Amino acid sequence: MTIPEGVPVAPPVAVADAVLRAEGLVKRYGHVTAIDGADFDLRRGEVLAVIGDNGAGKSTMIKALCGAVIPDEGTIWLDGEVIHFHSPLDARRAGIETVYQTLAVAPAMDIAGNLYLGREQRKKGLLGTVFRTLDHKGMRAEAQRQLDALGVATVQNIGQLVETLSGGQRQAVAVARAAMFASKLTIMDEPTAALGVRESSMVLDLIRRIRDHGLPVVLISHNMPHVFEIADRIHVHRLGKRVAVVKPDDYAMNEVVALMTGALRLTESGELVDQKAELNNRSGA
Amino acid sequence: MTAVVGQRRRVDVSELVLRYPALGPSCALLLAVVVFSLASSTFLSVDNLSLVVEQSLVVGTLALGQTLVILTAGIDLANAAIMVFGTLLMAKLAGGGGFTALLAGIVLCAVVGTISGALVTSLRLPPFIVTLGMLTVVAASSRIFAAGQSFPVSSGLLNLLGRRFYLFGQIELTVGILLTLVMFLLVWYALTRTAWGRHVYALGNDPEAARLTGIHVNRTLFSVYLLAGIIYGFAAWQAIGRIPNADPNAYQTGNLDSITAVVIGGTSLFGGRGGVLGTLVGALIVSVLRSGLTQAGIDELYQDVATGLLVIVAVALDQLARRRSR
Repeated sequence: MTIPEGVPVAPPVAVADAVLRAEGLVKRYGHVTAIDGADFDLRRGEVLAVIGDNGAGKSTMIKALCGAVIPDEGTIWLDGEVIHFHSPLDARRAGIETVYQTLAVAPAMDIAGNLYLGREQRKKGLLGTVFRTLDHKGMRAEAQRQLDALGVATVQNIGQLVETLSGGQRQAVAVARAAMFASKLTIMDEPTAALGVRESSMVLDLIRRIRDHGLPVVLISHNMPHVFEIADRIHVHRLGKRVAVVKPDDYAMNEVVALMTGALRLTESGELVDQKAELNNRSGA
Repeated sequence: MTAVVGQRRRVDVSELVLRYPALGPSCALLLAVVVFSLASSTFLSVDNLSLVVEQSLVVGTLALGQTLVILTAGIDLANAAIMVFGTLLMAKLAGGGGFTALLAGIVLCAVVGTISGALVTSLRLPPFIVTLGMLTVVAASSRIFAAGQSFPVSSGLLNLLGRRFYLFGQIELTVGILLTLVMFLLVWYALTRTAWGRHVYALGNDPEAARLTGIHVNRTLFSVYLLAGIIYGFAAWQAIGRIPNADPNAYQTGNLDSITAVVIGGTSLFGGRGGVLGTLVGALIVSVLRSGLTQAGIDELYQDVATGLLVIVAVALDQLARRRSR
């Protein structure tokens, strides 16, 4: 690329390592502009953390990416192709799985049943086509295989009811379900928010393994230590826009928080500028 | 690791209750049969037992439809009224051919069930309110339709379910008993062996979670009310089979009796837990209790007291099992 950064140009149609990419997303609710020209890019094989203060518009942007919200303006590319999602189901069919904060599990059903909820598989032959019999055995075996592959060892029995699992184990079930069915990427909304220290690290390990299996992960989180522990890059959202993308190794946690709250600003060359000092200088000059 | 093992052992019993909701009721049924057999010499006779089963057929069939609705965290207060309307239409049309009359009655029940379903899904009204309104509307419509009369039914097909035959030359059965068993089996299959059944449980568990996993919540919910309506149509057939007379004032407590059978059968009123096998057992428990207490010379009002207490015990046990599993 010879185009200098910071100069607005038409986005390249395909960036080799971008799995999911968005430019200039806008979503207004009446007089409120929830996202105001937001950009986004997720690269192959990475965990991208999305952080931002409450009301920064990060969840609206994520909803636009997973089909729950239709943006008013802007373009989204999945693997270089322009896409228009009209519902979360569209995004799912395209290979994007989302783990919601509410987990979307049925507590009175067992683990295997939850993993295949809404995607049940029928038996082969007449039993499946005419009598629509479910292939319980096949689903259980495949669910067990997938959980083993992801290293969800804390779950001993695939037939265990989800309501008898701990919070971390339930989260692991929801995360494993997303990983099982996503072909392009997964989006995880605050997966460690309700968990204790040990269970959090179990879920973070799981996310890391999913990435190592080649599936990129978008992680929305308020928990800075977790973000710094696991993210390859951090997308900082503020006032409806992406204000910075940083690598956790390059900056300290308090600097990233300052970017999020607007106390600091990131210049194109990667320098941090104190907004207040800058304003003072400007008014002084 | 040891902590985990210890924890698992503690929840074992309640997990068993959660996993097999028909287990508790089955034990209760067995216990009741044993106790009443010891208390009365006539209770365990073949004749008495087939009477007990026959007496549970109509409420049992109503309870089958009720189970479906309750599994979706709803409730159907109108089921018996819908069934009674069905019996009246069948009786009035009986002169023009049994099959037409039967079909018309079942279609009527299905249509009324569909109206409840449409109100619950499209207007998002609580099922309790919708079916309370439907109960009043349908019961009044029945009375208007019947104009204060009741209608005796004598048509081969309509009375078929009351026909008796002997199994092994010993056990007296009615065709209605067989039909009930077949219907329970079919619904059990649909609930436990098909994706539709999974979706019914999932949406009763948590409708929002079901929606997020891609289940068509409204479509499934609507199909439940439609299917329940068809089942009430068959209940109307059962009712005529038992008493060949259509009376607009019959089965006034049928709705509550069906809820009783469902709840005693271990299905949770909060939705998503339970099943039709439990309901079958629940309907039998009520019938056994009434028969046994009658034979012990206990007044009918005290039988009501016993049934009511049983409902409370069943719900309390369900709650207890769920709380312990947390």
